[in-house]
Amino acid sequence: MESLYLLIPFSAALVLGVIGVFGWAVHSGQFDGLEAEGARFLHDDLPGDLPVTAAALDADQGLGDAAAEESARRLNDPRSP
Amino acid sequence: MSSPLTLTEKQHAAEQAPNEQANVYADAPVRLFALAAVLWGVVGMLVGVLIAAQLTWPELNFGISWLSYGRLRPLHTNSVIFAFGGCVLFATSYHVAQRTCQVRLFMPKLAMFTFYGWQLVILAAAVTLPLGITSGKEYAELEWPIDLLITVVWVAFAIVFFGTLGTRRVRHIYVANWFFGAFIIAVALLHIVNSAAMPASLWKSYSAYAGVQDAMIQWWYGHNAVGFFLTAGFLGLMYYYIPKQAERPVYSYRLSIVHFWALIFTYMWAGPHHLHYTALPDWVQSIGMAFSLVLLAPSWGGMINGVMTLSGAWHKLRDDPILKFLIVSLSFYGMSTFEGPMMSIKTINALSHYTDWTIGHVHSGALGWVGMISMGALYHLIPRMYGRTTMFSKQAIELHFWIATVGIVLYIAAMWIAGVMQGLMWRAVNPDGTLVYTFVESVKATFPYYVVRLIGGFLYFSGMVLMAWNVVMTVRAGQVLAVPIPPVGPVLGPVPGAPVGPAPGPAPGAVAAA
Repeated sequence: MESLYLLIPFSAALVLGVIGVFGWAVHSGQFDGLEAEGARFLHDDLPGDLPVTAAALDADQGLGDAAAEESARRLNDPRSP
Repeated sequence: MSSPLTLTEKQHAAEQAPNEQANVYADAPVRLFALAAVLWGVVGMLVGVLIAAQLTWPELNFGISWLSYGRLRPLHTNSVIFAFGGCVLFATSYHVAQRTCQVRLFMPKLAMFTFYGWQLVILAAAVTLPLGITSGKEYAELEWPIDLLITVVWVAFAIVFFGTLGTRRVRHIYVANWFFGAFIIAVALLHIVNSAAMPASLWKSYSAYAGVQDAMIQWWYGHNAVGFFLTAGFLGLMYYYIPKQAERPVYSYRLSIVHFWALIFTYMWAGPHHLHYTALPDWVQSIGMAFSLVLLAPSWGGMINGVMTLSGAWHKLRDDPILKFLIVSLSFYGMSTFEGPMMSIKTINALSHYTDWTIGHVHSGALGWVGMISMGALYHLIPRMYGRTTMFSKQAIELHFWIATVGIVLYIAAMWIAGVMQGLMWRAVNPDGTLVYTFVESVKATFPYYVVRLIGGFLYFSGMVLMAWNVVMTVRAGQVLAVPIPPVGPVLGPVPGAPVGPAPGPAPGAVAAA
């Protein structure tokens, strides 16, 4: 079973690598304050993810310009609805 | 290609207005991969329906070699796994990495290269496989020039993904990214080891391994492809899109970390269970079985964690068809990760192996888990890529869900019954030691189940067509808006639905110099 002479050392090296990454994650504080970090991305919705008004959708004819204007407006005033 | 893709090209140009680049997410590759996933889903499932019909009525190959089952079967598996599933994974990993790291994609042009490169791989597969050009290795049939292209695209994928993580503005790396990262690294290693071959001509090569050695390498690859492509990658989707769609954090974020590391440490050696009762040494077979049984624990831990995310908010499942897709996909994940370890037990495998039970098991995972989690994630993602929060038709999503679910149940129930029946017929022995049934009698007995499987598969395919219509209508009714990257604020805490105040700009403690 010569293929095992390839696969077993390969897998063993891989597991050592995984242990190394795990060690880095633990010691660099990746797992500190876990439950709070698990919820962070739920609140990242800025206007880009908010409902687009019917008016904005109606202004869809000139696609390139409308998109650019809308984006610029949102960038300037990121909290506007 | 179809009109949604050409439309997107223009939109991509609009998004690249120079003054905005640093402050907005690079969503063009996400958008293209998401649309391509829907297209390849329709194509791959259509080929699946055709070959299911051919198994029922073999005349349906019309005597044309290009349409023969042996050539279309790898076309089906490649197109649903690597074209549909692959495009879903590209789209979602680029999306999730940007949103959870709150940073623009690293080298967006390289990300666009991965899109066109991956489509080229798919088109090359769609031409070579019907022509009969194959290396003959299951789920790795593509010949060496295409394998090289895959390698190049995959390295670019890794650069974009890990570059995005490396330039992240949020210190913590969200768990979904760990799953995506493991998937990218593992698939690269598996592909290189298994596809090692000596070219004999442009379209013919010979594997670097022979006989049972080749079988061991092949199923080390084959099962880890299931483990890292079809499981770890899609668990990355699960840990982002379920909490996002349910608007609440995952049930236990701590458990999701344990889920990741447990899965990564134990998956590598499940492959030999594909080679029970073969020339593979008995002890290697037993190791494969043992590791497969161990896998039940992290799999079910993750499944329960995902489902329990809805704990206290079960009513959302009643009203939201996207959550139905996402949560039911987890129930199929639970079913197939229970069934798999059971089938890896040698005594059970003696009955199930080489029967249609295996096909039922695979499709419980593929249609139920991978398909439904992908559809749920795409229904969440695609409208957001077009300035909306909802698809064109919610009723169509609801209908799609029920068509797909009924289709899966018909498919896997038919294959379970057919498989157990075949296994029992093949092993039935008369008192004088002769076989009770000839092989062809088991084929004849399977006919009605093949008809039911065809109906189930056709239903599932119909649901995908309905989804494609809904996606086209959504794209036409929406518009591309560049999404600004929000400032990194302090962690807002795990309280679901808490009112979000104005972000006070980058807080010094929360910004990582990654």
